[in-house]
Amino acid sequence: MPKVKIARKSLFVDMTAMVDVSFLLLTFFILTSTFIQKEAVMVSIPGSISDRKVPDTNILNIIVSPDGRVFVGMDNQNTRREWLARIADSYSLEFTPKQYAEFGLINSFGVPVEALGAFLNMPSQARDSKENALGIPVADTLEGGVIDNQFKEWVRLAREVNPDITITIKADRGTPYPKIKSVMNTLQDVRENRYHLITSLESIPAGL
Amino acid sequence: MAEMNDQPKRGKGGKKGKKQAPRVDLTPMVDLAFLLITFFMLATSMTRPQTMELAMPAKDDKVTEEERTKVKASQAMTIILEEEDKVFYYFGTQEEGGPEPELQQTTYDPEGLRRVLLSRNATVMNKILELKEKKRNKELTEDDYKKLATEAKEDPAAPTVIIKPSDRCSYLNLVDVLDEMAICNVSKYTIVRLDHLDTTMMQKHLPAIYGTPSN
Repeated sequence: MPKVKIARKSLFVDMTAMVDVSFLLLTFFILTSTFIQKEAVMVSIPGSISDRKVPDTNILNIIVSPDGRVFVGMDNQNTRREWLARIADSYSLEFTPKQYAEFGLINSFGVPVEALGAFLNMPSQARDSKENALGIPVADTLEGGVIDNQFKEWVRLAREVNPDITITIKADRGTPYPKIKSVMNTLQDVRENRYHLITSLESIPAGL
Repeated sequence: MAEMNDQPKRGKGGKKGKKQAPRVDLTPMVDLAFLLITFFMLATSMTRPQTMELAMPAKDDKVTEEERTKVKASQAMTIILEEEDKVFYYFGTQEEGGPEPELQQTTYDPEGLRRVLLSRNATVMNKILELKEKKRNKELTEDDYKKLATEAKEDPAAPTVIIKPSDRCSYLNLVDVLDEMAICNVSKYTIVRLDHLDTTMMQKHLPAIYGTPSN
């Protein structure tokens, strides 16, 4: 029986097809993606069957952490700076141009206005620490004789800066209701009666 | 490094050097591409989160909360959200000098609150399901469906749900109930505070919080 000659194959694998596929995927990801915005606090949002999308622009995002700290953020850098200018007026504070520039880069924050100057002077990594994420005061009851509701001022001025703004509330599943209630009451006080609760998509139960 | 540089020279230098295949080793390129893919996959969020729209009544209206919640007793259903995922509900309200409505406890399961709401909202639900069926069979366009569904929800027999979250419930509870409203196509609902009747009735169920009944 003659020996079957096995053709010696080259070890070289043609990678061209693989490159094609991988670049196709890469293109897909680059085009479809929106970068995750860094937020001041992590929250796990509840689910709902609502399938309406969050608008892309003109958003005032209110984040409520599980322990009830409140953070706010706007989406446009220029309006953010304008926003800070109004707050500075309202609380008779002064900010340096550098602080304005820094504020424009912050997606969401939660510090009382008194601490805002120092907060903006910090290096960006230091801002994430727990001590610097105090939350914006949202007291709707008297505390030591003074109602310190800075959140109300932030929301009111946000509407002034950008009349087309959509308010979204992103709260943690476990946030106690009283905390949400004071946020909602404050929004009612400034005549913001329509807002969106951010939820993750759940499927509609079968047969309904 | 020197050796690496030498190699191609040797190939070129040899008189009868083998013809180099016009192949380029693409492995590093694949490596790079996959690295980038991995980066983009991790750094991006593909789906935008959904939202649930909520319209609250204006606070400055002359109508008080009591007036606003004054709905036809026969159509009203009150849901009280309590600690540890407890839900209570009752139908109607207490008439002047009349008996207290019957307070019942349920859960957030599909078999709990949803069943109650569905049976309460059966007329609207049947209409909506009919419309959905028609839409599936291409008898209705998307726009027509939306219009008819809104009309169906305006049905005079539709219940009005009054949601009363207590201070001990969580945000998840509230969203769950609002979601049940969407699932069961209840179009009329409000969120209000607990009133005197609620607290007296709750005493029987949660005396630890509301205090024991006085009588």
